[in-house]
Amino acid sequence: MHFNLNEEQVQFADALKRWIGRDYSFEQRRAIIASPEGTSSQAWARLVELGMTALPVPQEQGGFSGGATDMFVVMRELGRALVVEPYLATVLGAQFLKLGGGHGALLEAVATGELKMACALGERQSRHDLRDILTRAERDGAGWRLDGEKNVVIHGAEAGVLVVSARTGGAQRDEDGITLFAVPADAPGLRQTAYRGLDGLRAADLRFDGVVLPPDAVIGQAGNGWELLEHGADYGAGLLCFEALGAMEALFDATLEYLKTRQQFGVPIGKFQALQHRMADMYIHLEQARSMALLVAVKLDGADAAERRQVAAAAKYRVGEAARFIGQQAVQLHGGMGVTDELAASHYFKRLTTIDLTLGDRDHHLARFMAQPGFQRAP
Amino acid sequence: MDLHYSDEDLAFRDQVRAFLDSHLPKDLQAKVLQHLRLDKDDFVRWHRILARQGWVAPAWPREFGGPGWTALQRHIFEEECARAGTPRIMPFGIDMVAPVIMAFGSQEQKARLLPRILSCEDWWCQGYSEPGAGSDLASVKTTAVRHLDADGEHYIVNGQKTWTTLAQHADMIFCLVRTDASVRKQEGISFLLIDMHAPGVTVRPIIMLDEDHEVNEVFFDNVRVPAANLVGEENRGWTYAKYLLGHERTGIAAVGRSKRELGLLKRLARREHKNGRPLLEDPLFAAKVAALEIELMALDMTVLRVLAQAGKAPGPEASVLKVRGTDIQQMLTELMLEAAGPMALPFDAAYLEGEQEHSVAGDDAAAPLASYYFNYRKTSIYGGSNEIQRGIISQMILGL
Repeated sequence: MHFNLNEEQVQFADALKRWIGRDYSFEQRRAIIASPEGTSSQAWARLVELGMTALPVPQEQGGFSGGATDMFVVMRELGRALVVEPYLATVLGAQFLKLGGGHGALLEAVATGELKMACALGERQSRHDLRDILTRAERDGAGWRLDGEKNVVIHGAEAGVLVVSARTGGAQRDEDGITLFAVPADAPGLRQTAYRGLDGLRAADLRFDGVVLPPDAVIGQAGNGWELLEHGADYGAGLLCFEALGAMEALFDATLEYLKTRQQFGVPIGKFQALQHRMADMYIHLEQARSMALLVAVKLDGADAAERRQVAAAAKYRVGEAARFIGQQAVQLHGGMGVTDELAASHYFKRLTTIDLTLGDRDHHLARFMAQPGFQRAP
Repeated sequence: MDLHYSDEDLAFRDQVRAFLDSHLPKDLQAKVLQHLRLDKDDFVRWHRILARQGWVAPAWPREFGGPGWTALQRHIFEEECARAGTPRIMPFGIDMVAPVIMAFGSQEQKARLLPRILSCEDWWCQGYSEPGAGSDLASVKTTAVRHLDADGEHYIVNGQKTWTTLAQHADMIFCLVRTDASVRKQEGISFLLIDMHAPGVTVRPIIMLDEDHEVNEVFFDNVRVPAANLVGEENRGWTYAKYLLGHERTGIAAVGRSKRELGLLKRLARREHKNGRPLLEDPLFAAKVAALEIELMALDMTVLRVLAQAGKAPGPEASVLKVRGTDIQQMLTELMLEAAGPMALPFDAAYLEGEQEHSVAGDDAAAPLASYYFNYRKTSIYGGSNEIQRGIISQMILGL
């Protein structure tokens, strides 16, 4: 039993750190967010060059077959620097393709960096419940015809291909009758309304009006998409935990530094016991969140679906708790500066807040944890 | 990263399980699982069963009678004991004074005292705290003045210790005593071993809020202690005391016991009903249980992460384990109390002491839960209060 990173993982992390130190400072990030595109083609090119897009793609499609612990390393570094590029959206899209089988050409294009992806899973009424789907796909000759709306699709307007959940049967909240589709962004009948999120990431609302899809647009099996959807969403929740851990580490370090330098009443404010204890509590939250992020990293690739569900729900809940506590306290400890746009702390706070609202918030995952047989069955 | 136990570790776990199955007396196990009060015989009985197996001092080196286990094996052993519901091995001899004697004691002390600790011939208690020195241990006032007379060199000890756990059973006490009042307060302290049966030692019970007699005041009135009972050098006791405090690492989190109690909490919450449904299906109650279970999962991983650095010097990370571990223990007792509901109200000392087979109120599971809840308020206070631990984290880890 050990918690050490392997040599390749250390190399990936170092390469990312070097690139971020040079090209993705807080000021450079600020300029990227303010640009019309909201993302940076140079940054994307560097991520591709560093092998990040190839990392999770299977070797048969030109990737490195990286597992969740490899992604832990990468997402943590991206979280530390609050990188706003469509990386998570792309690798999550690729994960759905991987889990569904087929779509080798798309996976190859992800590995080479030509293809960015996004996942259109949420709807206005669904809140965090991914099975609550009104978007419908009807048989259309050999293929399908897609109608409906998806909301707050992260990087929905930057993607070349979208993973879209739709109902091909069943009632609004049934697990049966769900199908996932790979939909080209330029398909006729697909309209995008793009905007910027409070965390600096781009997002879009999507409308599908009679979008015609070929038979092979289906990911996995038509009508049996729930298992795939849930499995992929757990993977995404895991990636968010890793990113949140990186963001919390950076925010924690910045806050600690501030406590040691900021003077009030003639001493560094870190000399005051009330603030010391607050910082100690933040540290305890950080350690507990780190433990859960590591646990989910190890369990995501496992074959035991029940265990994966339970751990993913637990991790997303616990990391969400830590993210809220550390985010709020960091802002408080920074005093007036903490609530300004000028300081990085407020940007970390915003990203940590939106991570909790993405792919299921704390309440959602706590309820999900409670519903698992592993919770109800007493040991 | 690899979180799997090796085949050797799994085989070790099976070996421990098989031993506990066959050697843990059922009546002792029942008392532990039911939260009844254990008497001295209960503790000594289990201590001697483990001692016969050579397992009573998992952390001791082989030369002194330890089993030679790895840190991970010790962790597995603790977990399995907790799961099975064994009585605790009282830490005062095995885990506290023994490592100090091994590290700083004389050959004579090692040869005389360590075998008696292993066999439980001596029951030890801890003489650190005083009425004026709780978390601020460097303020101890109990004095030890050195004399030489016809019977040889000895100390005359005067003063008072308090919160002395199970001193009513004890044969020996290890004390921090002041041997030099003229220097900086940390530099005038010595580490002295005192016979509890010596003339001038008085033990007075302190009855706690659960009406249990677990701690005591210990008074020393001109107690004569042979100079041979000084551990290490005079006035170096503070160093030894700190060594002792840093010795305890992962066991302090008590993850194994909390896992067992979580199981009990769920069984209770399934048995009790609210609005005609099992309490565990009540969303408000279940959410509290679930949040606690996740907290325990995280602590379990945190402990394993600390274990993975085994071999490094004991560090302040134990403070994180203490704060979280005791918070979780307290929350568990609180939820058990809530699960029992009004049935937790009756107080039945005779049942708790094992003097009758069933509780007066007729709910044996619920009867001890209020006492358990009240008793466990101590955990965030003893061993350096959780506020002190936060101070250690902020100063030693964060450098504030």
